[in-house]
Amino acid sequence: MFTPSVTHPIGDFVRKLVPDAMGYVTPYLPQSVLEYIPAANSVVAFLINAVICIIAVCIVAIGNAPILIYMERKVCAHVQCRLGPMRLGWHGTIQTIADVLKMLFKEVYAPKGADKFIFYLAPMVVLIAPFLVLTLIPFDKNMVIANVPVGIPFIIAVNGFGILGILLGGWSSNNKYSLLGSLRSGAQMISYEISFAMILLFVVMVSGETNLLSITQGQEGTILDWWIFKIPVLGFIAFVLFFISSTAELNRAPFDIAEAEQELTGGYHTEYNGTAFAMFYLAEYINLVTTSSLATTCFLGGFYPPLIGVEAVDSVLMMVPGFVWFFAKVYFMIWCYMMVRWTFVRPRVDQLMDFEWKFLLPVNLVLLGLGGAYIVLFG
Amino acid sequence: MINKGNLPPGFKIERSESNSEEFFINMGPQHPSTHGALRLALRMDGETIVEMVPHFGYIHRGIEKQAENMNYLQYILLSDRQDYLTAIQNNLGVCLAYEKALNIGVPERAEYIRVILQELGRVASHMVFFACFGGDLGGQTCLLYGFKEREMVHDIIEEVTGSRLTTNFFRPGGSTFDVPDTFIPRVKAFIKHMDKTMKDYERFLSKNIIVLERTKGIGILSKEDAIAYGCTGPMLRGSGVKYDVRKNDPYSIYDQFDFDVPVTYNGDTYDRYTIRIAEIHESLKILKQAVEKFPEGPWRAKEKPVRLPAGRYYSAIETAKGLYATYVVAASGDKPYRIHTRGPSFANLAPLNKMVQGQKISDLVAILATIDPVIPEIDR
Repeated sequence: MFTPSVTHPIGDFVRKLVPDAMGYVTPYLPQSVLEYIPAANSVVAFLINAVICIIAVCIVAIGNAPILIYMERKVCAHVQCRLGPMRLGWHGTIQTIADVLKMLFKEVYAPKGADKFIFYLAPMVVLIAPFLVLTLIPFDKNMVIANVPVGIPFIIAVNGFGILGILLGGWSSNNKYSLLGSLRSGAQMISYEISFAMILLFVVMVSGETNLLSITQGQEGTILDWWIFKIPVLGFIAFVLFFISSTAELNRAPFDIAEAEQELTGGYHTEYNGTAFAMFYLAEYINLVTTSSLATTCFLGGFYPPLIGVEAVDSVLMMVPGFVWFFAKVYFMIWCYMMVRWTFVRPRVDQLMDFEWKFLLPVNLVLLGLGGAYIVLFG
Repeated sequence: MINKGNLPPGFKIERSESNSEEFFINMGPQHPSTHGALRLALRMDGETIVEMVPHFGYIHRGIEKQAENMNYLQYILLSDRQDYLTAIQNNLGVCLAYEKALNIGVPERAEYIRVILQELGRVASHMVFFACFGGDLGGQTCLLYGFKEREMVHDIIEEVTGSRLTTNFFRPGGSTFDVPDTFIPRVKAFIKHMDKTMKDYERFLSKNIIVLERTKGIGILSKEDAIAYGCTGPMLRGSGVKYDVRKNDPYSIYDQFDFDVPVTYNGDTYDRYTIRIAEIHESLKILKQAVEKFPEGPWRAKEKPVRLPAGRYYSAIETAKGLYATYVVAASGDKPYRIHTRGPSFANLAPLNKMVQGQKISDLVAILATIDPVIPEIDR
């Protein structure tokens, strides 16, 4: 019989709730139907569970995006000696909501000669990867939607969807700037995905786990038990490499050669507007959350507080719930990405490729070797 | 795809079998980094530029023709509308030609006002270059930083002339008004501020590894080409020719100041950038000397009706962009028969095609930024 594989508190709660609720209905049902009820219970529980999970993912994704957009504008303004949005609401807090509303009410149209089906498909494809990755992230000990055993390989596999969407969007726009941008981004993201995967595999290797929850639980203890500090030097190098390659994965400046406003007037989303553009924009910011979450989970101890080994301080830190620590770390990572974005200039496309294939990848391979040596010698 | 021998107008390189996958991109006139309404038709081989044809004329206003229907003083106003980043310098160029014709001298205080405003204008223009150069390389933050200092210059210029951008300030024999009392203290404060901030900005861009990678050896303009195309200003000096009108053919009182003419010899994008940064320092040096020696006295020679005696008059000055020359043909009456302007941007843009061939599209943006063209001055 089909049994749902989701095992977390919400799931258990629903699985118990449904038979209870069914108890009120069963006396009135004919015998022929009642035979199927035990099996049906399980399926209904699974479906309700799925709906709750989808709602949860949407809340995390869509709830975070406006905050991030506002934060990006404020951080950018701070770096550039400006004020940023100030008019709508206190310090421009509802500016993003107004912008989203404006975008949603705009007419969506495809340019002349565009492949309409692919043109409208692309923004949806772009959103697949970030939403799927978000389901795997353990926000707290019990706040994980799909606690799959092969977390990291699944993330590496799913991330490819992002490239697909950008390639489709650029190709179907019937615009040479879009085409150039999407080709650039295809080459860039496929190349940097190798480094990205390599560093995740480094974490998998040293922790001996592929499940994200287990990786996090392997870092329980003081701040020195986080993977960034646990392995002297190597962990920190891995973290920096992760930061670089994920910036390229995210298509953010200084590696935003796919958009390259100054050269390609916007790259792959030059021709998009209204809701379709909003989806590209949303995907960019959810990707930011997922990548920062990965960094938090793999290097910064996930939902564990930064304990320092002093009883008095630690007891205070322990009082804060795990998901608060998780999001605090995620937002710290996002702040780092934003500061980098507004500080550096953009390298040329061929220099970016050189950097990946001639520097980042060899360093990653060496790092993997050293990590193996560390495990053999000290692990 | 276009057949052999059937290229769009302007493209000269013959098609061959090896470059059969070419395509054409129209960059501008609505493009973020063509610095105005400049259109560049690009013939591309992937990301590499095979050939480039510039198209001008999108904002042609017929300024030289308009000048024939205006009196001499009214034309000073139109000189603002050519290169708006060096408006105050253009004003002086026109006035020098008139002064030669009228044979009037300028009091010492007026000369100092002129020199200080000239150099402030040069700093402002170079700060815009710094901003756009950083912005075109992808560093949006540079854009804001450069404009911050430029606004400080414009605050001073606004206090003196009454307007920020189109100054319309100098007149034959001096200027429209005297400077206010706050002028010298404000310039002193500005010099002090710039000395400090330029260090930050140089650390921000000049030694940034990505900037070095992006600019060194890109868009090389040889010494011979720079002379042959008639480039002036930082373009010429970046290619190793030590020519500055302020030194070689001094006007106003530039011969009384001690300053260097910075020269670099590689002629690449990075050299044209460093030249401008060095020029900001030289301008500050001149400003320091000028505010120390700033004299009291009359600020304008005795006013005369501006009616040029028949003849041909020529003046040349060094603006931030290069040689700005005015050629006036006067016949009779209070209107010029013909005024011609030799602007620096047009000649500086001429070698662009030669510089971008074989470079990437990202390099084109960087090269165009170091040429620092102002399109209204090209189109006029």
